[in-house]
Amino acid sequence: MPTIRIPTPLRKLTNNEEVVIAAGTTLGAVLDELNTSYPGLGERILDEHGGIRRFVNIFVNDEDVRFLQEKETPVTEKDEISIVPAIAGG
Amino acid sequence: MSKKSWFSNLKCRECGRLYDKEAIHICEFDFGPLEAAYDYEAIRGVLTREVIESRPKSMWRYRELLPIDGEPTVGTQVGFTPLVKADRLAKKLGIRELWIKNDTVNYPTLSFKDRVVSVALSRACELGFKVVACASTGNLANSVAANAAAAGLKSYVLIPANLEQGKILGSLVYGTNVIGIRGPYDQVNRLCSEIAGKYGWGFVNVNLRPYYAEGSKSMGFEIAEQSGWKLPRHTVVPMASGSLLTKIHKAYKEFIDLGLVEKSEFSIHGAQASGCSPISTAFKKGTDVVRPVQNPETIAKSLAIGTPADGYYAIRSMHETGGSAEDCTDEEIVEGIKLLAEYAGIFAETAGGVTVASAKKLIESGKIPAGESAVLCITGHGLKTQEAIVGKVGEPRVIGPSLREFESLVAEEVALKS
Repeated sequence: MPTIRIPTPLRKLTNNEEVVIAAGTTLGAVLDELNTSYPGLGERILDEHGGIRRFVNIFVNDEDVRFLQEKETPVTEKDEISIVPAIAGG
Repeated sequence: MSKKSWFSNLKCRECGRLYDKEAIHICEFDFGPLEAAYDYEAIRGVLTREVIESRPKSMWRYRELLPIDGEPTVGTQVGFTPLVKADRLAKKLGIRELWIKNDTVNYPTLSFKDRVVSVALSRACELGFKVVACASTGNLANSVAANAAAAGLKSYVLIPANLEQGKILGSLVYGTNVIGIRGPYDQVNRLCSEIAGKYGWGFVNVNLRPYYAEGSKSMGFEIAEQSGWKLPRHTVVPMASGSLLTKIHKAYKEFIDLGLVEKSEFSIHGAQASGCSPISTAFKKGTDVVRPVQNPETIAKSLAIGTPADGYYAIRSMHETGGSAEDCTDEEIVEGIKLLAEYAGIFAETAGGVTVASAKKLIESGKIPAGESAVLCITGHGLKTQEAIVGKVGEPRVIGPSLREFESLVAEEVALKS
């Protein structure tokens, strides 16, 4: 199953697990599964319309899913999904 | 100054939830950025023009509006850079009145980043951090390295490996740990957010971001005070993550709310490089959905952030104030650097070229009307990005140490002038 890296602010919901796994062949399906295993996680990542929240970035391997197919992005067992909050800098 | 803290909480910009003043930067519920909140009623009672004017000329003269609890301990001499009236450049660009907020001479590392680092590291000390770090396009790294060295903090700076030589040396010299990452800034940033979660370090632009970001307000406070306690009609600000623009907007609003300036119409305009212009592209399209730029390509490396965290809020600030966004090509950036140098005597880095070139376009298009007044925020020194102008500003003419050779060289020029 694809692995998912959980950012610090969400680890309270994953019993402090930094990396978790969830089944699914698309990013959307994995996120749904994740929400079943860790109730409450879904609403932190997705807005009320089911879209990825404005200040959340999700990467499949090293690619921002906004450059892929967003929630429809296909994922395989070997893929690593990272959830990363937007951060400032310069 | 009393020991009272005017800084009350961190607050989510999206949902308004309040958080304790810790090393956290995003809301657990919607990932919205956390921002410093203040007890403005208490500040109104103590912070007057007279009080501010009686204090030393540094950014800390606005101390009540900066998010630390005690007295500043890092970068106490940062800020209060000159606001320069640039009459020759105004004439060249075709505007009635033009001012340069000159952070190329900010202390100690010649960019506006000393403002944010001064706040972030002062707060890092209050929170007990011994190691500080940052992801940077160069200027932030220089400032973290220098200010951490002065404060006796250990530091790590992570940068894209392909930065300008001046910016790399300008960090290494302070004995910091410079780590070059193969990849654009956004990947450096992503790595840093993962490191920040794992190590107990104070990352100025990650877990210390709410403190860091507020430091930028001091540029806006100074502009207002130096304009004779008035808000400039137009302010042009370079945008990377978009944070500086939103904080200058916040600074102007705070001064109005506290009665330090009179309420007047003001517009804030944002400038980007065309090779990485996610914010200005979205603004011009009339949307607030900022589409990331995957592979930024511009000589303005300090602005090359493809996923700008504050893009959404920067667009909102420009809309709210009747401002606009503009972007410019590499050629126009070099032209902007030369205009500022030749007509105002200020040598800016590429980001300054972006600001001048974008302002020129905004004036030409009438978005900044010719009969009005504007302030350009020039955020970093040109010595840091010399590569950008090598071969584009001429070469010295070399002669022997002989009066005859000199005279034959200048004879034509002297004849033309007399």
